[in-house]
Formats: sequence, C-alpha cells, structure tokens
Amino acid sequence: MHAGRADLRPQKIRDAVIRLAGNSQDGIQSIGGFLARFAGRSEQDVMTYMTIPSTISGGPSIFQVRIGTGEVLSAGDEADFLVAFYQHSYKDHIGFLREGGVLLYDADNVQPDFSDKRFVYVGVPITGLTVEALGGTAKDKGKNIFVLGLLAAVFHLDAEKLIKLMREKFGSKDASILNTALMAFQAGLSYPVGNVLTNLYQFEKPEFASAKPQITMDGNQALAYGLIAAGVRYGAAYPITPWTSVMEILRSELPKYGGMFVQCEDELAAVSMALGFSYSGNLAITGSSGPGISLKTEAIGWATMAEIPLIIVNVQRGGPSTGLPTNVEQSDLNQAIFGGHGDSPRVVIAASTVEDCFYTALEAARIARKYSTPVFILSDASLSTRIQAFDEPDLKSLMQSPQLDLTPRGVDYKPYPLNRITQHAPPGTKMLGGQYPVVTGLEHDEFGHPTGSPRLHREMTAKRREKLQQLAAEIPLPEIFGDQEGEALIVGWGSTYGPIHEATKLARDRGESVSAMHMRHLNPLPNGLDKIFKRFRRIIVAELNDEGVYGYGQLATILRARYCMPNIRSLNKTDGLTFRVKEILEGVLKIS
Amino acid sequence: MSTAIETPVVSAPAAPEKLTKKVLAADHPTWCPGCGDFAVLASFYKILEKRQLVHENIVTLAGIGCSSRFPYFVNSHGAHFIHGRSVPLASGVSLARPDLKVFVFGGDGDGFSIGGNHLEHGARKNIDLTYVIMDNNVYGLTKKQTSPTSPVGFKSKTDPAGSVDKPVNPMKKLISAGATFVARTHAANVNHMNSMIERAMDHKGFSVVEVLSECVEFNFGAFDAGVPRKGGEFKIIDEKKHDGTPEDEARHDVTDEVGAYRLSDLPFPGVFGVFLEVNRPTKNELEQKWISAVREKTGNASDLDLLQKTFDRIK
Repeated sequence: MHAGRADLRPQKIRDAVIRLAGNSQDGIQSIGGFLARFAGRSEQDVMTYMTIPSTISGGPSIFQVRIGTGEVLSAGDEADFLVAFYQHSYKDHIGFLREGGVLLYDADNVQPDFSDKRFVYVGVPITGLTVEALGGTAKDKGKNIFVLGLLAAVFHLDAEKLIKLMREKFGSKDASILNTALMAFQAGLSYPVGNVLTNLYQFEKPEFASAKPQITMDGNQALAYGLIAAGVRYGAAYPITPWTSVMEILRSELPKYGGMFVQCEDELAAVSMALGFSYSGNLAITGSSGPGISLKTEAIGWATMAEIPLIIVNVQRGGPSTGLPTNVEQSDLNQAIFGGHGDSPRVVIAASTVEDCFYTALEAARIARKYSTPVFILSDASLSTRIQAFDEPDLKSLMQSPQLDLTPRGVDYKPYPLNRITQHAPPGTKMLGGQYPVVTGLEHDEFGHPTGSPRLHREMTAKRREKLQQLAAEIPLPEIFGDQEGEALIVGWGSTYGPIHEATKLARDRGESVSAMHMRHLNPLPNGLDKIFKRFRRIIVAELNDEGVYGYGQLATILRARYCMPNIRSLNKTDGLTFRVKEILEGVLKIS
Repeated sequence: MSTAIETPVVSAPAAPEKLTKKVLAADHPTWCPGCGDFAVLASFYKILEKRQLVHENIVTLAGIGCSSRFPYFVNSHGAHFIHGRSVPLASGVSLARPDLKVFVFGGDGDGFSIGGNHLEHGARKNIDLTYVIMDNNVYGLTKKQTSPTSPVGFKSKTDPAGSVDKPVNPMKKLISAGATFVARTHAANVNHMNSMIERAMDHKGFSVVEVLSECVEFNFGAFDAGVPRKGGEFKIIDEKKHDGTPEDEARHDVTDEVGAYRLSDLPFPGVFGVFLEVNRPTKNELEQKWISAVREKTGNASDLDLLQKTFDRIK
C-alpha cells in the first residue's frame, strides 16, 4: 500500500473521472447526483454516466462522474478514480482505471491484488466507519454519503456547498435523515485520507467562467421541462424503461400549469389519447421506447394522414424486441422515419446533449404546430440518465403559453386545403359556413370527405410530403466543428455528440485533418448538406447501430441514398455502450 | 395557464342557430338499404333536435367498421380514427375539453374485439362520454366474418362450419368493467332507442348503449326475436320506482350490479332497457379537482414563474 503524508499543497487538476461501483441499493447514484449538482454550482463542467441493472432491486451498478475545468464532452473512456464498494465492483471495473489511477476501496469488503503495480491503492474501512459514525440501526446505510465526504477531502471540494445541497435534498424530510446524512458526511470528510494517499487534488479555476447561472439535470428532465417551456400541456403514455421518468415528471408537473398527463392501459391507448388531446386543440405529447413506439405506429400514421400535430418521444434502448432495456443504441432511426404503412412522411429530430434535450423539445413543438404534423424526438438511454450542468435557459424569451384557438372559421374554411398547410379548427369552433369538418384517416378531399379519386390521392400524398420539403428549406445547416473542408468529416446524431467532438479535438491537436458535424434534423434533412459533404474527402457517419446487410448504418444509408456519394462511409458500434473516444479515433483512421 | 374551458356541457337556450335534421345531416350514408344503423342515425338527429345542444360543441368520433362511418353523416365536429381506438381518442377530447359533448359510435368488432381493452379501461376510469355500440353480430364491412358477439353456430366466411367460440356478453362485460351507465336497445324500436340514447347522453360518466342493429346483408333477421311485429318479444326492464308498493319489490334496481348481471344472463333476445345506472366521480372531475388543488397551492402562478421556480431549485 502506498503510504506517506499527502502534500500540504494539493495538486492542481483540470479534469477527473470518478467511477463509483457498488450495488444499485447503495445509493451511489445519489453521490453522483450530489457531485454533479455541486459541479453545476461551481465553475466546473460536469458529465455523468450510469448503468443500472434492469432488475428491480440489487445487482451491480455504477455511476461515473467526470468533472472538468472547461468543456466536458464525454463521461470519459478511463477512470482516474475508482471507488469500489465490493469485491465484484473491484474485479469488474479495475480494467477501467487508468494506469497510475487511484483505487479507493472499502477495506471491509474488498481485497485488491496489490501485486498489480499499475494503480495506487487506498483502503478505507468504509462500512465499519459508517456504522461507527452513525451507530444504532442504520447499519451501513449512509456509506454513500461517507464516501461523498471522503471525495470532498480528496478533491478539496467546498464542504459548505455540499452541505447546503444536502440540506436542500433532505431538509423537507424527517430531521433525523438530514442529521444522519450530515454525520456520515462529516465522518468521511474528517477521515485522515491524506495519510494513505500521497496526493490530494484541487480543480483549477476556469479561464472563462460562464456569466449565466448553471442548472443541473438529466436528459429526461430536460425533455420534460423543454416540453413544458414549449407550452405542451397534455400528454399520455405507458411506462417503459428508459422513457418512464419523462412521464413521471409530466404527470406531476402538468397539473400545476392547468394541464394533464394520463397513464394509459397500453401504448395504443396512450398515442390515441394524445391524439385526442391534440385534436381537441392542445398539442400533446406521447412517448416510449422502441417496443412501445412499434405499438403506436398505426396511430402515428393516422396523425400523418389526418394531419394532426403530435410530439412522439422515443428514448431509445437496445433492440430489437425487448432487446437491451437499460443500454444505449441508436437503432430506431429507421423506425422513426419510415415506421408504418403507406407513404407517411413525419418529422424526426434528435437531441445531442442534456441541454439540447431542452431545446429539441421546443423545436419539436414549433414544427408540430406550424406544419400540423407528427414530430419524433429521438433521445436514448445514455442521455436519459446523464446529468449535466448547462447555462440556464432564458425562459422569459422561450416560454410558450399557447391558448386554445376557437375563433369562428369563415365560409372558405377547408380542413385539408391543397394550396396551404392544414391548420385544423378544433371542436368548439363555430363554422360560419355551416359545414363542420371531420378529420380522417381515410384519403379525403379538401373538406375531409372520403374519396377514392386517383387524382386526389396523388395530390393529397404530395400535400403531405411537400410540407416536409418546405420545412427542409427552412431549417439551418448544422455547424461544422473544425476546418470547413479537409480530409475527414465525422457526421453524428444524438447522444454521441460528446465522444465525437472529443475525438475530433484530439485528432486536430495531433495535426490531423478531421472535422465534425452533428445533425439535429434527420427527417427532413436540411437542404444543402451535399455542399458540405463535397468539401471533404471522406464522410464518416458514426452511429450506435448495425452496419446492416449492405454495410452501412441507418443514417449513413439515408445519406448515401439521398446524395449518391460513395465516400459516405459508416462507423458502427453495437455493444450497447456509447462510443469511446479512442474507438472513434481508431475508426476514422481505419476507414479510408 | 389552463387551456381547459369551464362552461356547461349540455344545451344552451340562447343558441342562435336551431338544430334541425336538415342542419345536422351531412354526407349521405354509405350503408346498405335496410341497415339498422339508419335508425340509429335518425335517432341521434332526433335527440339533438329535441335537446338543442350547442352545434359547435358536439363531437362525433368513431373507429373503423360500417357503423363507424357515423361521423361523416353528422354535420358536427368529428374524427374518423383507426380500428378499435375510438375510446382513448374520445377520452383525450373529453378530458381536455369539458365544454364539449363527446359521442362515440362503433360496432361490435371495434368495441368488443380489437378495442376490447380500451372499452374496459374507459369504463373503469369513468370518462365522461356517450358510446353507442351498433351490434350486428357480424363483420359487415369486410363481408361476413365471425364477430366477437356472433352466437355459437353462426356460419360465416371464417367459420364455415359454424362459430365455436363463446360470444362476448356486452352487458356483462360493461358492468364488470365499471361503466356507470349500461343500457340495451333495438334499432327496430325507435322510441325505446331514443329514450336510451337520450338518458345515456344525460348521464355524467362512461355511458354505453348497445343497439341491436341488423345487418340485412350478412345477418338477415338475426334480431327478429326482439321484434314483436316479426313474432318476437321486446321485453322492457321494469325499473324500480322506490314507491314502497309491493309490486316495486320485483322491479330492477338500476344501481344493483348483481341484479344487472343476472338480467344479462337471460337467453336471447333477453331484456331491453337500463341495466345499470350509478354515480361515481368521473376521471374528468377527479383530474380537475387535482388540477385545481395544485393550481391553488402554486398561488395560480404564471407558467413562466412556475418553471423559473423549478429551475431555481436545480441550480
């Protein structure tokens, strides 16, 4: 064991990846949560990553938090610090610790292999000390907070700030809970960790601190609050991992805004009820994960045909079928764009970061209202629980509070005009011409009457397609990170934003000609992408899905079909985990 | 702010426009001549004419099937949805818009087969809407296949040797699911049908009327046993009057679930009338109650203040 007193002056660091490994009932998520919130309130940037078993209780679980000075793009390929609560935690995760990294382990439960000289071993009898500090019936509950105190000592974190966070978190509960937490925290904080660790650390102050206050939340929260900011007040859904927390938030939040979120008997009812809300004049949201979206598909086709606005969130997980319920995959893009029978155009947009979840929700609502169309928001399992701090959105300028529009419609009103984008008159609207509209899933004429006319089917099919073409002309081209032309352009979408940009940065630092472009609008694609693609020798589409029968991932296939460019290539990954930075770097080198 | 509108549900004496059959008629029905559904449509016009609902607040919704074409034939706001999901669609409309009067129309396949689960849960939640199920014991739109209410032995294109599956008992299903108004009528008895649909309309909660509506094309004469002029018997449920007379003892108490269940078991053509009529808070009321309580707790804060406060907590 490495012994010897720590330097009195802490070593300045810019970045630390801390992986906490234990069992899901140990509350390691809450240590991670506290650290993330803490970082959000400090000048540090933060990113977390967690895995939870899909079992109900128990089972190995990890929470990884990366705190950095400056922009933190990914949760980190390797850990600088591994906190192991059990022998299995140590065994399963020691491989993620970088050489020279610190293993902080519970000496009561873990027996490390000291012959492996690559790591620094710091044993603390976490269980024993927690029991000692709390006494009585608490047993080892609270050892997570003990570890938080320990980490505060190791990283010279502002203990007062952490205590304030704990007061906020536990203050509303039984006073004894807060006291217990504070005792555990103090015990960890005052443990003489300097005696067993040669170095203590402190984060450098950032050069450019953001002037705006930071808020800290996970991706599902950002989606839910984004929908609220977008003025979405009604919704319906059925629980499924990793979507569920969005509906839980909306169920308890929407009534405050005079709205309503209903838990339905199944996915079919959920999408149908959401369509009922939308038809009634209140843009609604339904959401799910892959299996549930499959069930909603028929009704989403109706939304396209009847031209009813609707937001559909898909928090993707590994598929097909029940697949990998708690893992990440980007394999539902085809389903979002093409799922369902018939020519059924719909809008698909994807969120890239936790912050972007918030703004993507606003964009989805804007498009759904303007074009009276279903809009898919694609998120995924890794975004759903990732906690990030970001600049507080300017709610004053963003907040939407649309009112029900029941202004009487004139004699010339048609629900499905061929020369205009449909804007429905919700029920309750007086029709001055005396003719009341029926919205329908049957092919119809401009008034909504069913028709089998070949001409009308052709014209109405074009009408439903043309509004997406109109949208394509309106949406901006994605920004390019790095040079505007060169050797390789990495194209990504969704939650892989971080590792792709970190990889690009690293490659550029090494002098390689690599740029990155991240796409929000996936259907329709913005006009003019080809002009960007022509400026690079290789276009590498990096996505978390299979290369498919013909060798290309889902977005890569669409881009190749759209632009007929053979230099659009594919970098895929299907292990249920997000990209590591080095996988992207190696992939980009390999694909010529 | 709340987008819900707090206005009375039914009728407005000051409505400037008078609802007449002429105003209410829309597309000419696509049903076969002689179809029972014509009578249901006529009955619906009649009730709207009698009650003079606010025209723009009437909503007619349906799924798929012959009878589900209904919304095209009524000049009101309406939606023709997908097969089997009209109840959740209508639930969304009803929950968000207490100012509307929501009617759902459909057949036995739409309601008891593909939409069976939604019927169950709409009833359980006691959503405020009126659902008229035109039951013809056959799939007519697809030209004679067995339906969930086809009797055992029914010969169809999917059961050439006769159906072997026990049919759904609509009354039993609705009563056990928790519907708060359950009635049964016959399209050949116009007056009775009018009174059943009108009572359903006046009921607060999930109200369902099953109308035996003959498919003259694929199930001719199926319900003659309930038509006196064709030699059948139209036996009406004698409802308890609570008048203390000895004969009241034998009458059916419409709040008695077990009694209603017993009536459901009578051999075809059974009895007609109100099987069950109970008062239970609707989901509409319960949700609004929660919303009001929560709104009050926030001090009726603006949307902006509410979300800002949430953000302040997660800084």
